[in-house]
Amino acid sequence: MSTISPRESLDRQTQELLDEILVLSSMVEEITLNAVSALNNQNTSEARKIYHSDKLINHKRFEIEKTSLTLIATQQPMARDLRIIASALEIATELERMGDYAKGIARICVMIKWSPTPAVMADLVLMSELATDMLHRAMGAFVNADAEMARKIPGDDDKVDVLYNQINQTIFAELNANPSLMDQTNLLIWAAHNLERMADRVTNICERAVYVATGEMKELDGSDDEQELNFE
Amino acid sequence: MTTSNQDGKFAIKSRGLHIYYGDFLAVKDINLEIPQNKITAIIGPSGCGKSTMLRAFNRMNELVPTAWAGGEVLYHGKNIYDPDVDPVEVRRRIGMVFQKPNPFPKSIFENVAWGAKINGFQGDLDQLVEQSLKDAALWNEVKDKLGQNGLSLSGGQQQRLCIARAIAVKPDLILMDEPASALDPIATLRIEELMQELAKNYTIVVVTHNMQQAARVSDFTAFFNLGENRAGILEEYGPTDIIFTNPKKQKTEDYITGRFG
Repeated sequence: MSTISPRESLDRQTQELLDEILVLSSMVEEITLNAVSALNNQNTSEARKIYHSDKLINHKRFEIEKTSLTLIATQQPMARDLRIIASALEIATELERMGDYAKGIARICVMIKWSPTPAVMADLVLMSELATDMLHRAMGAFVNADAEMARKIPGDDDKVDVLYNQINQTIFAELNANPSLMDQTNLLIWAAHNLERMADRVTNICERAVYVATGEMKELDGSDDEQELNFE
Repeated sequence: MTTSNQDGKFAIKSRGLHIYYGDFLAVKDINLEIPQNKITAIIGPSGCGKSTMLRAFNRMNELVPTAWAGGEVLYHGKNIYDPDVDPVEVRRRIGMVFQKPNPFPKSIFENVAWGAKINGFQGDLDQLVEQSLKDAALWNEVKDKLGQNGLSLSGGQQQRLCIARAIAVKPDLILMDEPASALDPIATLRIEELMQELAKNYTIVVVTHNMQQAARVSDFTAFFNLGENRAGILEEYGPTDIIFTNPKKQKTEDYITGRFG
């Protein structure tokens, strides 16, 4: 008697899709850490290489999108299969935008022509390590459909936000002391902002991991229903 | 049978329904409420009692000599299996469209007018036929050949003719047993479009093996499965979007993702 699953082809192609999306997230982790390292070491030639390597990320994203759409069109996935593929499409977009953030940091490295204080750079490096670690765990939660793990990760965004605020305060203090550094400090704030946004997008990936595991589509940061806007 | 709808928003519902063919229990303890003016799809593996369940809604199973039913099917608050209920009246109010188009070997006009005639319809028969064919989205294709034999039409047209015949007697419910399985993809899509149009005025229950069809056309989906001793059971029932994206039961998930068994 045959033991072949009637959806063996769908299972194999879905696994290949997950493998590809893990490759994409690894590329994003690497480009992010390298971009911050280049900024830290003022290595503009490395920054230029990183800037152009973003094309590979964009290309991989389109490959994943094409594979996902082909799977939907040819296999008519339902339920969990459909949730995985729909989430892969969404996550590929998130990862591509994260790649853009890293590309932006590489660009800043080339443009800044200034050595930031070691304290700021140390915080930026730490931010990049925290954000990429969050991404790594979020992708693990996604491919393993681990809702419990996915729900824990967004809380770490607070640590990234603390560093972001710390960097801002330090930079504004430097700017007050030396107003001629306006352009450079502005660029540095952008670099920190990109890392802060990257961590925010990790939360979106965690939401997709929960969706795959449970079918529940819910914000994990609670920003919509817990925080009140106060413009005063 | 009363005409007041004591069941609120449900067109028909079964309570503890068992259907037997002789000693064989075909469907077991089915509690299923069919919402009014919605399309409810019944899906499930072969032999799980989908068609038996569908036919239970208008006592069509009784045409099988050994078939008998226990439990209730409540229609307008009345159990249609009560001894004082006339099965012919039930079938007039709850029409059926079959898998294979089965027009009579008569003219298109006669096919549609037949049910109304035997029910003693006293109104304008021409108008009834025209309106029924329009409601079945067939009028424009046949208005100039109403005298032509119904069997001369294409398969898709024959099925829409059967739908026109079913709605000509003004039923409340239309039961459809794989109405598009013998049709090509374009004719199938036309039937599906028609079902959605008809749901504005009728309640539809459709049995289908085609899960994409159930997902496309229905508002609610009932997943029937094989239970103990191969008796059909209602495994899961709910809004179609939930059943096809996030079913609650593993057996439903396995079936709709094609990993059943």
